[in-house]
Amino acid sequence: MATVDKIVAQMPKSLSKVEFSYCPGCHHGIVHRIIAEVIDELGIAEKTLMVAPVGCSVFAYNFFDLDGTVAAHGRAPAVATGMKRALPDRIVFTYQGDGDLASIGTAEIVHAANRGENITTIFINNAVYGMTGGQMAPTTLIGQKTTTSPYGREPKANGYPIRMSEMLSTLEGAVYIERTMVTTPQNVIKTKAAIKKAFQAQIKGLGFSMIEVLSTCPTNWGMTPIEAMKWLEENMTKTFPLGVFVDKTKGMI
Amino acid sequence: MIKSIIIAGFGGQGVMLMGKIIAESAMLDGLNVTWLPSYGPEMRGGTANCTVIVGDEPIGSPVVDVPDVVIAMNIPSMIKFEEMLKKDGIMILNSSVIDREPSRKDIKVYKIDANKIADAIGNSKVLNMVTLGAFARVTGLVKLEMIGKALEETFAGKNKKLIDLNLEAVRQGMNSVS
Amino acid sequence: MKMLMKGTEAIAEAAIRAGCRLYFGYPITPQSELTEYMAKRMPEVKGVFLQSESEVATVNMLYGAACTGKRVMTSTSSPGFSLMQEGISYMAGAELPAVFINVMRGGPGLGDIQPSQSDYFQSTKGGGHGDYRMIVLAPHTLQEAANIMGEAFDLAFKYRMLVTILVDGMIGQMMEPVELPEWKNIEELKEPDWALTGAKGRKPRKVTSFDLDPYELEKMNLRYQATYKRVAENEVRYEEFKIEDADIIVVAYGTMARIVKTVADSARKEGIRVGLFRPITLWPFPYERLSKISQNVKHILTVEMSYGQMIEDVKLAVNGKTNVDFYGRSAGVVPTPMEVLEAIKKIAR
Repeated sequence: MATVDKIVAQMPKSLSKVEFSYCPGCHHGIVHRIIAEVIDELGIAEKTLMVAPVGCSVFAYNFFDLDGTVAAHGRAPAVATGMKRALPDRIVFTYQGDGDLASIGTAEIVHAANRGENITTIFINNAVYGMTGGQMAPTTLIGQKTTTSPYGREPKANGYPIRMSEMLSTLEGAVYIERTMVTTPQNVIKTKAAIKKAFQAQIKGLGFSMIEVLSTCPTNWGMTPIEAMKWLEENMTKTFPLGVFVDKTKGMI
Repeated sequence: MIKSIIIAGFGGQGVMLMGKIIAESAMLDGLNVTWLPSYGPEMRGGTANCTVIVGDEPIGSPVVDVPDVVIAMNIPSMIKFEEMLKKDGIMILNSSVIDREPSRKDIKVYKIDANKIADAIGNSKVLNMVTLGAFARVTGLVKLEMIGKALEETFAGKNKKLIDLNLEAVRQGMNSVS
Repeated sequence: MKMLMKGTEAIAEAAIRAGCRLYFGYPITPQSELTEYMAKRMPEVKGVFLQSESEVATVNMLYGAACTGKRVMTSTSSPGFSLMQEGISYMAGAELPAVFINVMRGGPGLGDIQPSQSDYFQSTKGGGHGDYRMIVLAPHTLQEAANIMGEAFDLAFKYRMLVTILVDGMIGQMMEPVELPEWKNIEELKEPDWALTGAKGRKPRKVTSFDLDPYELEKMNLRYQATYKRVAENEVRYEEFKIEDADIIVVAYGTMARIVKTVADSARKEGIRVGLFRPITLWPFPYERLSKISQNVKHILTVEMSYGQMIEDVKLAVNGKTNVDFYGRSAGVVPTPMEVLEAIKKIAR
């Protein structure tokens, strides 16, 4: 019988055995894994409640081996608020896409952040509606073609890509907001550090934290995974620059 | 026995409180009561009214179309509720404000110079309690002792002087009608 | 000891005594006093009060809090209840217990703020999407409203269903003596075996209204239907008032029912034998009992503060065996006893 000297890689305990339903090259899987690793490392799996959204990650409640639910479209921050107020000593996080968080759920995310609701939000921004088949999102870039902006997004008709991290960072209640991406191993490491910090802020009871992760959608962008990564780095980061937008955690965690 | 009272006046004349004290006094006396306010735009400075019903049997409708008593604190209230009043019903008027007669002749009218009496007591705000006193004397529906208790409940935690002042206003109101 | 209380306050205090320590709400007339009462009272009992940004958020906060297995509630009035319908559908699908108070006002649209009963369809037939039901209780006095709060929470948890207390602006705004119910010991309330509390020492739990596989979703739906059937069989409540010798039975609920009680007495003084049948559960509606008693009378008259909503259930119950007439006013106009008496006289002729 072979013995194991050292485990160098394994599936995070906080992920369930359910197979991901995501398309090849989609970044949801990477971010799921990062969150699960962070929860394992912080040792909070047994006191964490997750709120999945409506969108491609609607199944996320099943991909994590945690107590969880699915909120109505956009309402995850309100659902998380209810959970957190009922059980203040538990860790509550929402996982939301750009249609969910930046369009139909703007009121809920703004007010949860503004209340300094002690929850963590993981915001996946891939500039398109995935689940419904590639329609324009509030974060769709100017000129980007989608099934509902077939001639490219035109500001006069559709306005501009909305920058949620920048907006929310102006609110007093937001304690940590960072935008990252997961296109390279280095970026994955940075994203993991950011997500960990966001959860630590919650553990310390500091207030609202959110990590926005720029992500690809090769299927709806009509690209290969490699092309999609390149397009993300070259185009999305111009409209959505990476960085920390607010950090009130210094010396606290 | 079930008796219904409509109390109406300008916002600020304390008609809602008058109704509440009547209802509370009657309740403390073991009677059934309901208190129904008009609510809405009236609250913002127009006319306000409330309906109080007291009785020794269960009270069904809190809404009344033929009241036994109308207490009118201003002219619009007198005009509005005069025609609803029961035949031989009682109308109590604040004659400090109402300078005319009701047109109906088949009702009993009592005029109370409420503002003047309140001013003489030293606080113009207690004109509602003066009127309440007159109501108590005229109708016999609520007792002074219970009014005192109701005032204590309502102003619980407030200055004892405030309760005494209001009770004095009720007494003077009672004495103002024969 | 009896206390003279406002309807909104009696309901709020009774809910707290029934073990509710989580209230989420948004101000709207004519029920804002309930929200204000909770704002003041919840901190005193170490409970949670949160004023949300909208009724849409409120109902979802309720969803989240209900997931933890605790007694949660909100209160609103008609336009706010409309906004909550989305979340109500989700909560019904996720089989979450919670109590809603709808203090109805005149509609449709912005309408006005006066008493109305025009949200009957919305409450009893499902205002949101999907095949769901909620238990709807309609108290007609403040004492009954206070007494029913504990029952509302018990029913919600017994069946994992939503319960709506459907009252109108009059019940909300009026005052009446109330003997408050006893305090429920919240330490004795058991944590349900489905509650999301963090998967400590057990398998993770999932609470959702969701399954993309139609056969799996059908199974969930059949489970809901089985629950609704049990509720319909066991939880019907109604009151009968002077119906034994009645020639005319008036069917009315809430405020309208108490007005009819007065009218029944006046009608009898004029020689018309009138009784009142008052559904207390609007869903499940007392079809069977009404069907039975309607066979012995000449007329059924439904009286509502609407243009005829409950009458559809009354007709289903009566099933053509007796004439069913209607009298109602809506939009915030409350029929007076005299008007209702006239409507009865017209039928009696």
